[in-house]
Amino acid sequence: MDETIVKTEEQEFLEEDICVEENLVYRKPKTLTDLDLHYCPGCGHGVVHRLLMEVVEEMDIQDKVIGVAPVGCAVFAYNYMNIDMQEAAHGRATAVATGIIRVLPDKLVFTYQGDGDLAAIGTAETIHTCNRGENILIVFINNAVYGMTSGQMAPTTLPGMKTTTTPFGRDVKMTGYPLKITDLVAQLPGTYYVTRQAVNTAGNVRKTKKAIQKAFQYLQQKKGTCFIEIVSNCPSNWKMTPVEANKYVEEVLIPFYPLGDIKVPKEENS
Amino acid sequence: MGELRLMKGNEALAEAAIRSGCDAYFGYPITPQSEVLEYLSREVPKRENINMVVLQAESEIASINMIYGAAGAGKRAMTSSSSPGISLMQEGLSYIAAAELPCLVVNINRGGPGLGTIQPAQGDYFQATKGGGHGDYKLIVLAPSSVQEMADFVRLGFDLADKYRNPVMILADGAIGQMMEKVELFEQQPKSGTIPKPWATTGKTKDRERNIITSLHIDPKEMEKINLRLQEKYREIEEKEVRYELFKMEDAEYVLTGYGLGARICKKVVELGREKGYKLGLIRPITLFPFPKKVFAEIANKVKGILDVEMNAGQMVEDVKLSVEGKTRVEFYGRMGGIIPTPEEVLEHFEKTFLKGE
Repeated sequence: MDETIVKTEEQEFLEEDICVEENLVYRKPKTLTDLDLHYCPGCGHGVVHRLLMEVVEEMDIQDKVIGVAPVGCAVFAYNYMNIDMQEAAHGRATAVATGIIRVLPDKLVFTYQGDGDLAAIGTAETIHTCNRGENILIVFINNAVYGMTSGQMAPTTLPGMKTTTTPFGRDVKMTGYPLKITDLVAQLPGTYYVTRQAVNTAGNVRKTKKAIQKAFQYLQQKKGTCFIEIVSNCPSNWKMTPVEANKYVEEVLIPFYPLGDIKVPKEENS
Repeated sequence: MGELRLMKGNEALAEAAIRSGCDAYFGYPITPQSEVLEYLSREVPKRENINMVVLQAESEIASINMIYGAAGAGKRAMTSSSSPGISLMQEGLSYIAAAELPCLVVNINRGGPGLGTIQPAQGDYFQATKGGGHGDYKLIVLAPSSVQEMADFVRLGFDLADKYRNPVMILADGAIGQMMEKVELFEQQPKSGTIPKPWATTGKTKDRERNIITSLHIDPKEMEKINLRLQEKYREIEEKEVRYELFKMEDAEYVLTGYGLGARICKKVVELGREKGYKLGLIRPITLFPFPKKVFAEIANKVKGILDVEMNAGQMVEDVKLSVEGKTRVEFYGRMGGIIPTPEEVLEHFEKTFLKGE
């Protein structure tokens, strides 16, 4: 192959001239592995994985961070994140994270959990971990459906929303109401920073990254539990194209789960 | 000689945890073992240089998963509970065994099934020795029959757990946990044990690949390979770690067997029987897994029969029968529901079963 890749009348540019730090627009963080993601096209998981690992790289905390993967679509998160990780039983990620942070209090521990894992089977662990104010970050991906088991009702499924176990739409009289667990944990004195973000637009992606950065900084300062809900999508189980799914997030999910900080540190609030 | 103290079984166990260099205890109150969490909560803050985590969890499910996290981080972690609480931990134990995390779990067995009774029983033998949770796995199971062993087996348990990267269970009962005896305490051991744990998740440094603690292997070929490796480990444990006690076996014609409190009762039965001229002996399995198969197989041709005594409907007796392979008569005597059999009633049962018509 010819080394010369760009030619102008005056000057020849070699690849090494172009691929320099100042010209770089984007680069996959080294904290992500080279493995292909198994997520469906358009899924929000890939974006959140990248954001987390970008922050880890930028803050240079790879040797401090320990992640806990859930059961759900992100069960293989440890294959993609180039950090030490533990794979927890379904719903138990925050208990596992408690075990880690209690014996390694100077590390930065986060859990990565879906709505079924965190807000159904793991509700007790979630609430008590937050209530103890464990110095961990909980990343909560809410797409209102069980993804891995292919589309059953989640604790966060909206009223009227169709899933394989609510084929006529969620009837709250029979199945109960969507659980806004993020609002719930914000009430607990143990939580320090609670926010709800999304990754359906470029702007929201940037805000989510900022929230993750803040959370890791709070963990470094040992402030207590940081909780970031990320309203996400599920094109496959919603039976939508990725574009339609992101539109659904904007028009249906976000109005029900409004974005923004729910609990911010007092010193920053004043 | 080490420090001598008069202690409850549960307290000796808790003290031994501190002295074994245990890094973290996570537990949830349940009778008859709440003294463990209480003792640690009270004693650890008083000790200098004992930087041990003691945390009351919101449930046994949380406790066992906290153990998973702490053990995965390379630390010595333990929990204790009693039968219903241990049932709640079975999912976590399966994950811990699969992820090969060393840890110590104590079951102060009470009467079941269900909520049962808070009185001592041995109904959890099957659960402890045959896996308990889902999948093919084994715990190393130690059965103390004295307060002294409640202390000693904590240290032994941690050492075995670290050596084999396997969960270890101490299976005692409410009586061993609650009774007071003289105990000689061992010296303070190094924090976190002495076996290096390069596999632990402590934060990925530049000089090593990332460490992953998981039990998920979606490819069946890979999963089978891991199963085979686990089974190989269990065979090695069966080869090397069998422990048992023999009592007056030299000239025994009949053998009594039992574990834990059952074995203490049997010891008395042997003495009472010998006073009456019966040549009785005792085999006391100390490790319930690995079960001391060989010692039973060896005596099978030499004795007239074995009486297995347990505080359940007959659980260990199945392992005794498998061990002797029909070469001698094996009978069972048991009480359930928290009733402790007396030596007299066991001896009477022995006479009725084995000597009638002789």
